[in-house]
Amino acid sequence: MTVTQIKTPQPRVTRPKDEAGVTRPALSAPAGDSYFVMAWRRLRRDRAAMAGAVLIGLIVLAAICAPLLAPHDPTEQFRDGLSKDGQPIASTLLTQGSWRFPLGTDANGRDLFSRILFGARVSLIVGVLANALAIGIGTLIGSVAGYFGNPLETLLMRFTDIMMAFPTLLLAMTLVAILKPSLWIIIMVIGLVYWTWIARVIYGQVVALRQRDFVVASRAIGSPRLYTLTRHILPQLVPTIIVWGTLGIATNVMLEASLSYLGIGVQPPTPSWGGMIQQAQSYYRTAPWMVIFPGAAIMITIFAFNLLGDGLRDALDPSQKGKL
Amino acid sequence: MWAYILRRLVQAIPVLIGISLLTFFLVYYLPADPARMYAGPSATAETVARIRHELGLDQPFWVQYGRYIERLLHGDLGFSYRKQIAVTQLILSRIPYTLALIAGGVFFELLIGLTVGIISAIGRGRWPDRIGMFIALLGVSTPPFWLGLLLLYTLGYLVPIFPLSGASSPLHLVLPAVTAGLGGAAWYARMMRSSMLDVLSNDYVRTARGKGLTSFRVIFRHVVPNALNPIITMAGMDIPWFIGGVVLVERVFNWPGIGRMAVEAIETVDVPLILGTVIFTAIMVVISGILIDVVQSVVDPRLRYRTGSSDAAY
Repeated sequence: MTVTQIKTPQPRVTRPKDEAGVTRPALSAPAGDSYFVMAWRRLRRDRAAMAGAVLIGLIVLAAICAPLLAPHDPTEQFRDGLSKDGQPIASTLLTQGSWRFPLGTDANGRDLFSRILFGARVSLIVGVLANALAIGIGTLIGSVAGYFGNPLETLLMRFTDIMMAFPTLLLAMTLVAILKPSLWIIIMVIGLVYWTWIARVIYGQVVALRQRDFVVASRAIGSPRLYTLTRHILPQLVPTIIVWGTLGIATNVMLEASLSYLGIGVQPPTPSWGGMIQQAQSYYRTAPWMVIFPGAAIMITIFAFNLLGDGLRDALDPSQKGKL
Repeated sequence: MWAYILRRLVQAIPVLIGISLLTFFLVYYLPADPARMYAGPSATAETVARIRHELGLDQPFWVQYGRYIERLLHGDLGFSYRKQIAVTQLILSRIPYTLALIAGGVFFELLIGLTVGIISAIGRGRWPDRIGMFIALLGVSTPPFWLGLLLLYTLGYLVPIFPLSGASSPLHLVLPAVTAGLGGAAWYARMMRSSMLDVLSNDYVRTARGKGLTSFRVIFRHVVPNALNPIITMAGMDIPWFIGGVVLVERVFNWPGIGRMAVEAIETVDVPLILGTVIFTAIMVVISGILIDVVQSVVDPRLRYRTGSSDAAY
C-alpha cells in the first residue's frame, strides 16, 4: 500500500542506462500509434522478454510435435532400458555414444527424453487452461465487487478473503483428492484455488477506475451500469489480464507439478514432470538424472513464462519499468 | 492500539466461520465413504451402517456441522479414523516440527532475500543488480521439491555434510529450511529491490544525502526501514503459499510435520484428519495475518486509523 502512497514522480537518484546499455531515444512514437502498438515496440526491444517468448515457442513446439520428436513411446518399458540388476540406466549418449536413451531411463526402463517431451503437454495444457479459468472467475468477481459496491463488494471480497486463508496447495490437494485426480479435475481445481489473486488485483484497479471522469461521464449520460462496466472499465483491465495471463501460467505449471509430485496429479502412465520426480525420489542417489531432467524442464518452462510476463508488465506499464 | 487489535479480531470471525463451513461442506460431499474406511475392507454392510450411525454420519448436514463446531470450540477436532488418536493430539505432536521448519525457512528467506534486494537496489542497472535479479527469477521458477532433492543429492549424498532424512538434530533442519526459504527469498529479493527503489526517489533521501550522511547511513537509517513496510504486508499475503512449500519440503525430507501428515491423511481418506489439518492451518493463517497487521501498525501508526486495514493491501 505504502508503495503507491509515497511515490512521487521525479527523477531517479541514479538514472541507469537501459538494458541495451545505451541511452534509449525518448519513447515518443509518431502520433496515432495506439497504446498496444507502442507496448509491442517496447516489448520487442526487451531482450529478456523476447528470450522468454522464444523459449515458450520452443516448449510449445516440443509439446505439439512430441510424437515426431520422441525417439520412443513414452510408456513403453524397454528390456535394455534397465541394467542387469534392474536399475535405471544413465544417458547412453554419455556412456556408449548412442542415441538410444539420450537422457537415460527411469525405474521402469522407459525413455526419459520421450517422457519429458510428452510431459510438456500436461504442464502446458493445465497451465494455460487453469489460468484461463482463474482469470475468468477472478475478473468477474473482482470487477463486480469493485464496481457495484456494497453489499456485493463486502460479500464477494470476504469470500475471497476466506478462500485466500486456505494454504493454496493444501486446498488444491484436498479438492483433488475429493474429486479424484484426472486432467480436467486438476485444471478445474487449480483454477478454483488461484482466481483469488487475480480477483484482488482486478478489484483494486476497478475501485480506482470507478472514480475516474470517463466512468462518471458514462453514467452521467445515462449508460446502464453493466454497459459502463463492460465498455469502459473492462478494456482498461486488458493490460493487467495480459500480464497475469502470462505470470499465472508460471504459477499454475508449478502447482500442477507440485500436485503430481505428491501423487495426486495426472495419474500414471501419462507422463507428467512432477510425477516423474515423485518416482525419482526413491532413486535420487543411484539415478540422479531421473530427478535432474524433469525438474529442469519444469524450471525452464516456469522461467520462460516469468521472463515474458515481467517483460509484458514493463512494456504495458512503462511507469513501473525496471522496478520489478 | 488495543481497540485496533480487537477490531481486527472481530473482523476475523466471519472469515473463520466461512473457513469452517467451506471445509466441512467439502468433506461432507467427499465421495469416499468414511464409515467404510473406518470399518475396514472386510466389514459387513450392517457394521458399516452401525459405524455410520455412531459417527453421526447419517445426520443432516447442519446437525453434523453444529456438532463439529461445538466440539471445535472445545478444541476437539475429532478422531482420526485410521490412527484412532484424537486429531488435536496428532496435530500438536507434529506442530513443533512444522514451526521449526517455518522459522528456519523464514530466516533464510529474509536473510537471503533482503540482502540480495538491497544490493540490487543500490547497484541498480549494474552487474550486481543484473546477476541478483537473474538468480532471483531463477529462484522464483524453481520447484522446491526439485531443489530439495538436488540439495540432498549434492550436500547429503555426494558430499555428506547433512543427514539424508530424519529430524533429530538442528543439523537435520538446515537443508529443509534452506529449501523452504529459497523460493521465497527470490520473491522477497524482487520485492525489496522494488520497494527500495520507491523509497530512494523520496525527497528525504536526497536531503539525507545532501546533509552529508555516508551512503551506508542513508541506506540503513533512512531507506531500508521505510522499504520494509510493504515487505511486511507481503509477508502476510505470502503465508498461505509458504505453507504450501512447507508441505512439499516435508515430503522431500521426510520431515515429521503437519504437511506430511496432511498428505498421508489425503492418501488414506482420513476425513477428520484432513478436515482438522486444513482448518488448523487456515486458522493459523488468519491469526498470523492479524499478528502481521498489528506488527505493521506498531511500525507505521497511520495504519491504525484506516478502516478495514486488510483491504488496504488490495
